[in-house]
Amino acid sequence: MESSKSPPSANVFGGFWGFLRRCLFYVLTLGPMPTHVAFIMDGNRRFTRIRKMETGAGHRAGLTSLMSALQYCYEMGITYVTVYAFSIDNFRRKPEEVEHVMNLMLEKLENLLEEESLVTKYGVRVNFWGNLRMLSEPVRLAIEKAMAATSANTGPVLSVCVAYTSTAEITHAVEESCRERLKAVQEGRSSVATLSVKDVERSLYTAGCPDPDVVIRTSGETRLSNFLLWQTSITHLQNPSVLWPGFSIRHLVWSILEYQRAQPYLEKRKRFNF
Amino acid sequence: MEPPEAALVPFPPGLTPELMPRHVAFIMDGNSRWAKERGLPTSAGHEAGYRSLREIVRLSSYWGIKVLTVFAFSSENWLRPKTEVDFLMRLFEGVIRENLEDFKRQGIRLCIIGDATKLPPSLQKLAMEAAEVTRENAVIELLVAVSYSGRSDIVQACQKIAQRVKDGTLEPADITEAVIEEELVTNCIINSPYPDLLIRTSGELRLSNFLLWQSAYSELYFSKSLWPDFGEAEYVDALSSFQQRQRRFGLRT
Repeated sequence: MESSKSPPSANVFGGFWGFLRRCLFYVLTLGPMPTHVAFIMDGNRRFTRIRKMETGAGHRAGLTSLMSALQYCYEMGITYVTVYAFSIDNFRRKPEEVEHVMNLMLEKLENLLEEESLVTKYGVRVNFWGNLRMLSEPVRLAIEKAMAATSANTGPVLSVCVAYTSTAEITHAVEESCRERLKAVQEGRSSVATLSVKDVERSLYTAGCPDPDVVIRTSGETRLSNFLLWQTSITHLQNPSVLWPGFSIRHLVWSILEYQRAQPYLEKRKRFNF
Repeated sequence: MEPPEAALVPFPPGLTPELMPRHVAFIMDGNSRWAKERGLPTSAGHEAGYRSLREIVRLSSYWGIKVLTVFAFSSENWLRPKTEVDFLMRLFEGVIRENLEDFKRQGIRLCIIGDATKLPPSLQKLAMEAAEVTRENAVIELLVAVSYSGRSDIVQACQKIAQRVKDGTLEPADITEAVIEEELVTNCIINSPYPDLLIRTSGELRLSNFLLWQSAYSELYFSKSLWPDFGEAEYVDALSSFQQRQRRFGLRT
């Protein structure tokens, strides 16, 4: 696979563009910035069809788009980024497509930790959230290796939802909190009836991570498709019509501006959690 | 089964009967802002909101929608000023009493969902009676979420499941999504437990802890109208938007 776009600073124009971009981001950061942005990266296959590309090219283009989006987020100082890479429902797609996505993921995981990579440059800690046992062994091992290698990083956090649905995550959390509560009841420390929201939250994959401030779903669809349902109660939802591979810096800047516009009202409602 | 007057109300042009959502949910936001814009007290906003709800229920039953779930009062709303909260509790009671006869005539099956323990005892009692009296009605199911929170819904399901585990009737390893779904408060719904379409009024783009589990695959529609202004025209727009969407549930079209 070609490496991600050559670093912008590789040539004079790249350097100038990088400078302009940093100025733009500086201005943006004068307003309230989201701490956590989540992406539902929808539209890869439609991109392939519309551009009459070969099967799977849309996903590859989507991956390039993701790397750029991450770079811009980190340059803007956004500390948490979460992406919906592969839902449990997606396993029901054609086997060739599933295999292609898995191979792409494997490829990316293998060069994740290289010197020139984003992860190394920004000290990103990478999480993978989902039912990882549903993945093939090579992919699962590569994921575990990536998580272990970056677990001590103190930079921004990238969470990739793979083999994930929110209802599966919540079910897993319910099972965990039931087991813990049962143990506490048997030891006489507690009763079942005092099981609370916090008990369930502790067992979610997202424990310790702040709720997303914004969820951006590309390709114009307006639904969550079983993504972070628990965590997006007061999250600002956006659905730009651009397909994911076309999601560029101007779309991201626009999203941030939209968030900043809604922010004063959001803050006020947060006090009432409504 | 349709209400007797349905034949007299034309189906909106531009909408396809076969593509109507079976279950529509509403976050009825904007009553306070509506009142403020008109220099009226908040209570006037809530009363106007009630009239809007009546109209939506009427239209939904004519157009073949089988379930309506409306977010009347969230757990977080208990933090609002006491006068407003008391007014709302009285409004809910008054509304149920006033409409009990109508529910029977229009075939509406009423169910109040949420944490009933926080409601005034008279409202709790009335809610139970209304549910009982309307149990056999079959035109449309109307769920009114009062003192409801999506997260608390899941936690109360979790508590019931933990009790079953403690009683030995369920193994932790057997806890599946289906087990949780059985215990959610929306299990009183007979048809289509999950909303196909979730509409939030007043332009806010978030779900505010409503039907969190149940709306995993719901099409979301955000209307800029304030709830008291949401009428037939706005409803048709929302339904039209729904009918044009392609729902894939994670698969390819």
